Amino acid sequence: MSTLKRTPLRDFHASHGARLVDFAGWEMPVQYRSILEEHKVVRRAAGLFDVCHMGEVDVRGSGALAFLQKLVTNDVAKLFPGRVLYSPMCLPDGGVVDDLLIYMRGPADYFLCINASNIAKDLAWMTEQARGFDVTVTDRSDDYALLALQGPAAAGILQSLTGAKLGTIRYYHFGEGTVAGIHCLLSRTGYTGEDGFELYHAASEVNRLAEALLEAGRPHGLELAGLGARDSLRLEAGYPLYGHELSATISPLAAGLGWTVKLEKGCDFNGRDALFRQKREGCAEKVVYFRTGDRRIVRADTPVLGSDGATVGRVLSGTLSPILNEAIGSALVSAAASSSPLAVDIRGTRIPFTLTKPPFVPLPEKA
Amino acid sequence: MSNIPPDLRYAKSHEWLKPSGDGTALVGITDYAQNSLGDITFVQLPKVGTLLKVGDSFGVVESVKAASDIYAPVAGMVQEVNEALNGRPETLNRDPYGTGWMIRLKLAAPADVSALLDAAGYEQSLA
Repeated sequence: MSTLKRTPLRDFHASHGARLVDFAGWEMPVQYRSILEEHKVVRRAAGLFDVCHMGEVDVRGSGALAFLQKLVTNDVAKLFPGRVLYSPMCLPDGGVVDDLLIYMRGPADYFLCINASNIAKDLAWMTEQARGFDVTVTDRSDDYALLALQGPAAAGILQSLTGAKLGTIRYYHFGEGTVAGIHCLLSRTGYTGEDGFELYHAASEVNRLAEALLEAGRPHGLELAGLGARDSLRLEAGYPLYGHELSATISPLAAGLGWTVKLEKGCDFNGRDALFRQKREGCAEKVVYFRTGDRRIVRADTPVLGSDGATVGRVLSGTLSPILNEAIGSALVSAAASSSPLAVDIRGTRIPFTLTKPPFVPLPEKA
Repeated sequence: MSNIPPDLRYAKSHEWLKPSGDGTALVGITDYAQNSLGDITFVQLPKVGTLLKVGDSFGVVESVKAASDIYAPVAGMVQEVNEALNGRPETLNRDPYGTGWMIRLKLAAPADVSALLDAAGYEQSLA
């Protein structure tokens, strides 16, 4: 356990009753009170998440745009200062290195947020890919702390602590401002499907910011929420998690993220040929989302059975939707089988899938 | 930390047993067990009439985190199951020693109970 990395909020979590677990090499709060309750609080009011383990990277230089265009599948040229873009970052074969957020601060000044489990791999990959571009790629993960404030009450809580006009920051946009006196990048993004903000700030300020948000939010129903609720919220919203719905062997097209692959963005990029072929010929396997009408959780790696009982795929993610009160999840299945009845066997009981286009629950319109 | 009532008997695998004095006993999981599992989302109970040997799995308790087998602390026949858990599995979290009981066993040999841990012994096994 001594080798686990700790966020600066580790003692804060412990003092709030968190159950701390190893997540991607980090000692992180999986829950405080109850995963199901924390999930419902985020849908109903607001939750505060420590996501300091996420990685941050500066990409700067006159070649930054050209470099990023080669690096990722989405069209970075669409960005303008203050705009955020989600994109997969692919290998030449169309498999995914990571999925990330790209923030444009200025013409030669971008900021990336990457998955905690992939920081070392991503940095090595980006550094190698940066050769020949006038660009510097700098790991800033230790400098930044990141708190996510999510839920219908999030904007109101945050507004009570900042002079920044949050109403002017639309979904997938960001601004800068001070929150409780702490300078933050205010990003109207999140991983829950709810309205909310992700606040990037100096790592040394995170305890002060967390306390201020919690105090201001408590009257509005804000509670601390752990990674357990973060996972069930993202799955209920239908958002992919790297290593589950996206991986070195699951391309963005197989994952149903065609909207993030801009084959015609006007320049070559890593994976373009492979993805072009996949789009033309179809993927051999695809990610589907399912619900079961049963409370038994369908766990990752459970074999998925076709109508004749043969294995046609495997479960990628599974949980109990605290809102629907039934099992939901995602699976990778052969494209040929994906339109016929699918099921799993759980301890001798055959549980049929109802395929569903996520989100599994109604989510608010994003302004 | 954990609530371990002094009047119950325990198995190291975190089941409790409460003899009723009529040759039957209630069986459930301990407070330590429910707390380790976290939010309990599903309980699978045996059929009435099932014969159990010591250590036989008689059910499954699922939480968001994992599915765990529950074992018979002593031999016996399942005389009654707590059907209320089907609709309200979270009862196991809230009241593991009361309304969260899982089965009533007709004991094969009431003397078997003395082989189980008492509260102090179970507490020690958690250390």
